[in-house]
Amino acid sequence: MSALWLERLTYAYPGASAPALRDVTLCVEEGELVVLAGRSGSGKSTLLRLASGLVPHVHGGSVHGAASVCGIDVREHGPSELAAVAGSLFQDPETQIVMGTVRNELAFPLENRGESPAAIARGVEEAALALGIAHLLERPTHALSGGELQRVALAAALVGRPRLVLLDEPTSQLDPVAGDELIGLLRRLNEEWGTTILLAEHRLERCLAAADRVIAMADGRIACDADPQGFLAWAHDHAPALETPGARLLAQAGLQPPPVGVKQARQTLRLNGALPEPDRSGLALLRAGPVGSGCAHDRLPAVARASSPPPARSASPAALRLRGVWHEPRHSMPILRGVDLAIAPGERVALMGRNGAGKSTLLRHVAGLALPTRGRIETGGRVALLLQNPNDYLVHERVADEAPVDALEAVGLAGFADRHPRDLSGGERQRLALAIVLGGEDVEAPALLCLDEPTRGMDRAHKADLAVLLGRLAATGTALLVATHDPEFAAGVADRVVLLADGAPIADGAAADVLSGGWYFATETARILRGSGGALDPDAGAALVRAQLAGAALDPPPADPHPAAPPDPRPTEVRRR
Amino acid sequence: MPAKRSASPLHAARAAVGCALCAALALPALLFDSPLVLGAVVLAALAVGAAAGAGRALRRALLLAAPFALVIALLNPLVTHNGLTVIARLGEAPVLGRIDVTLEALAYGGVLGLRALALIVCAALYAAVVDPDEVLRLFRRVSFRSALTATLATRMVPVLQRDGRRMADAQRCRAGAAPSRLALVRAVAAGALDRAVDVAAALEVRGYGSARRPPRSRAPWSRHDLAFAAAALALLALTLGGRLAGAAAFGAYPLLHGAWGAATWALAAALVLVPLVPFLDRRGIEPRGASLAAAWGRR
Repeated sequence: MSALWLERLTYAYPGASAPALRDVTLCVEEGELVVLAGRSGSGKSTLLRLASGLVPHVHGGSVHGAASVCGIDVREHGPSELAAVAGSLFQDPETQIVMGTVRNELAFPLENRGESPAAIARGVEEAALALGIAHLLERPTHALSGGELQRVALAAALVGRPRLVLLDEPTSQLDPVAGDELIGLLRRLNEEWGTTILLAEHRLERCLAAADRVIAMADGRIACDADPQGFLAWAHDHAPALETPGARLLAQAGLQPPPVGVKQARQTLRLNGALPEPDRSGLALLRAGPVGSGCAHDRLPAVARASSPPPARSASPAALRLRGVWHEPRHSMPILRGVDLAIAPGERVALMGRNGAGKSTLLRHVAGLALPTRGRIETGGRVALLLQNPNDYLVHERVADEAPVDALEAVGLAGFADRHPRDLSGGERQRLALAIVLGGEDVEAPALLCLDEPTRGMDRAHKADLAVLLGRLAATGTALLVATHDPEFAAGVADRVVLLADGAPIADGAAADVLSGGWYFATETARILRGSGGALDPDAGAALVRAQLAGAALDPPPADPHPAAPPDPRPTEVRRR
Repeated sequence: MPAKRSASPLHAARAAVGCALCAALALPALLFDSPLVLGAVVLAALAVGAAAGAGRALRRALLLAAPFALVIALLNPLVTHNGLTVIARLGEAPVLGRIDVTLEALAYGGVLGLRALALIVCAALYAAVVDPDEVLRLFRRVSFRSALTATLATRMVPVLQRDGRRMADAQRCRAGAAPSRLALVRAVAAGALDRAVDVAAALEVRGYGSARRPPRSRAPWSRHDLAFAAAALALLALTLGGRLAGAAAFGAYPLLHGAWGAATWALAAALVLVPLVPFLDRRGIEPRGASLAAAWGRR
């Protein structure tokens, strides 16, 4: 029996001018781990909501075609009945927690099924152990961090041992460590429990290695349904915005097959003698080695920029200067511990660290929403802060009432003046919130713009748009301080990265140094190339690899006595384009 | 104000007993007009909250409710024309007509305000010491949907509080002029509705809509259950007995009159002391300062 089966299914939300799903035919077999890819608004979330029964039973709208989950007709049976076979986890864990303690939250689905107290106790214990949250069982749910809430919500979705688990961007609020752990956990559940998993995700580089199959959606239709490698090949030709950094890196270096993960990318590079040694400077290779193509020269500035040291910290006047800033709540541990930080005008700084490291608290202090218990904060002018949820800024009925026309023009929303803010897409709302905090020409331009997780739930194309917008702002002299969990975005937007842990900076340096040397807080390109040359993005990485290949062509590496297994068993094996 | 698990005999008691105690505390506020009894109810609720480790939450509720009670107290003499002792003549006003403020109407306004304060503090005590999840279990056998609605209303309070704080922060970050209060109220209402829809969706996918009747719990009654149940029954007996005996009588119109004798004072004192008696037995309860919440914080 199929875990999910759709036959020519078309669905439109109530009052919508166009269907959200169009003529979708799909069959997900039991035991598969399927990744749903696609840009924002492509229909991924609607498909998941259909599989959970929320569409059409809660959201309304019109459905044509057939759909069943584990043999249960979705059109006939609502989400409560489907809950017996399908567990769901959506983006915002806070709205999915309904009980007061973690133990009660996990017991709730089992109680709804009328299980005996003994069965409930056992189910709760097993789910808590499986997700590593046994220590949280007696904690009140309102006291959990975002990452903990997400795990609890996942445990609540799994506690009834559903045959199908539906997840909509479950890692969007998690730091890289917690995100990787969650994907690993899903793979384990899939392998050990045989649970079918349907996972919608924007950061594909995180989950493709664990997937059996990828379904790409575009405009409500299935645009590609293939194994991860087939999907990457398709994305290269048809949807570059969905291509992972690793796949782009190898494609630009002229290597195949497209890698589904870091390990496979390294194998491909190693087999071609193009994997730079971590102790050899890729930059030196670029400069010293025989560069084979003009492209390498074109890419050199990107590498050089990434490797350059951060601007002088002593630049005066500073856009921001923190001296020994502490935040010590009366009834809990300190959140900030003696933070010293200076940011020069126009400097672009990414603030990274795991959930609860103190990033948001630091931004709130900088923007004056909180006062330090010790230390001083000096700013070179107005500080604008864009908080995590753009919806919190939207209080008017028209976009034009929210922000002045010139601010709307600056963020590219001039044509949306008469729209209702809640009708905008997620990326557009983010830009509108940015216009609100930046203000118009009648307001002093901010000396510093702080952004708290601005890419949460954004697809890669929207992130790129935002990075361009922020780059334009920085060019006018506004300094940027961006708290983010997304290393790829940090690499694209920042020239300096500050890594925060337990309320204090533990690393502060050029993006190329900080983001290329770690396991978690590193871009996929840096992880593939093991930090060589400080290359962070696929363009810079490909330049490095081409230089390495050119060097290898002149000086072939000695034969490897223990060659790695080829990543793809197909007869083409690894070949250059 | 979410129920916070503290190490106290009241938190150790079952939800049914906690509900009964809060209801028994609130009942005199509904049946008596005597300011002394109403004040005793406020004092008793605050004392019980403090003894249960929820003193701060109750003080906050009291401070939030005080202006509301004051408005009631001041409004009554403007809209009520009863009473014989005129203390101020404010002239004619549209709709209200001639306004003569009487001492009796002012005093009865105070009674109404005090009653509102007492009920709000009792409700705050309930929210602070009774676990809503247990209330859900308690009443789901009777009416699951009603129980869940009531429980979620409690659960939504902290969520909406956080939403409100976030929205207030966002408005402080605006570069231009602050939006009007009306726009803010509209946005908060829309946000609350969005939240409600999200929570409804979460409930559906957890199987709430097809909830089956759960098996009956067979947990034995603890000494704390018995002690607080006895206190609730004693409060009920005091309230009904006092009412039937005509103790603590009070009337505002046409002239102020009331019983201020020993019986009234004894009733008020008993209302304060009876619910505190079970707190004397702290066997099996962690010592102060080592509450579960503190233990969670250390992990």
